[in-house]
Amino acid sequence: MAAVVQLQRQFIEYTTSLYNEGYLDDQFTQLQKLQDESNPDFVVEVVSLFFEDSEKLLNNLATALQQKTVDYKQVDSHVHQFKGSSSSIGAQRVTNVCVHFRNFCEEKNLEGCLRCLQQAKHEYILVRNKLEALFRLEQQILQAGGSIPIME
Amino acid sequence: MYVYRCPHAHITLQSVISNLIFFEKCLADTADFILNFASMECYGEDVPHVLAVDDNLIDRKLVEKLLKSSSCRVTTAENGMRALEYLGLRENHQQNNGSKVNMIITDYCMPGMTGYELLQKIKESSWLKEVPVIIMSSENIPTRINECLEMGAEMFMLKPLKLSDVKKLRHQLTNVEVVKR
Repeated sequence: MAAVVQLQRQFIEYTTSLYNEGYLDDQFTQLQKLQDESNPDFVVEVVSLFFEDSEKLLNNLATALQQKTVDYKQVDSHVHQFKGSSSSIGAQRVTNVCVHFRNFCEEKNLEGCLRCLQQAKHEYILVRNKLEALFRLEQQILQAGGSIPIME
Repeated sequence: MYVYRCPHAHITLQSVISNLIFFEKCLADTADFILNFASMECYGEDVPHVLAVDDNLIDRKLVEKLLKSSSCRVTTAENGMRALEYLGLRENHQQNNGSKVNMIITDYCMPGMTGYELLQKIKESSWLKEVPVIIMSSENIPTRINECLEMGAEMFMLKPLKLSDVKKLRHQLTNVEVVKR
């Protein structure tokens, strides 16, 4: 019983820090609110889709920026997708990088774009690790027989 | 010599084939009927059917869940062309095997056909123009919003969509139905 309480406290502290440090925003809470008995794995499913999609996008971006003649419209289109999906799951820091990235695309600034790509990758890896840790904590709580605290 | 007269002599290969074709059509019609009936049974006639169009997979999944949580039946399409095919509108020719929807919600920025272009085609269609169309976009551009509203969009919503947005939509659906009656 004490173990469950301890885990739940850890969960609350960790989640709070993710919001405070800007890794996640309110949109992530919206996702959690949508999870119910009819779809108990909704958040994990959507986030997994996001991971898959992001990795594809990051690869496409790297390829597009390596071309002899960079097609900035194509690059922008990928960034737009990335901005959209990160925003939809509440991965705020990734979305913010995408905003800057789009500006560099408009300016056709290769150096700026390459820097943003690195930043986007970095932020994506960070949020992916954080979310994976969060899901592991959830599993631990459930396995210990507890319930996941609801964050408001 | 015994001559056996085949009791089925009147049946030719031709007639067998046309009977089979007719039988196949009956089967297909019956299947359609059962499917429609079954879906009505599952969803009830008061459940609105919404077509959600978005090229982004994550957004499609999100909007689908949001709408289902508001007791809607949802069909998704990944682009304008697929949406039009589903609705039974192909190259401006009406095809009567289109599916009935009570509302269409579409992303603005899509490759090939934008949400605006899709809206335009729907409003140009004599039998689809009454269906309310909601446009979604991640970008808050007043000219874009006005353009869509002027083309007949019911509402313009900013992405990412939240539960409160969908509650507004649901309200809109019931209002539209009340007005129709």
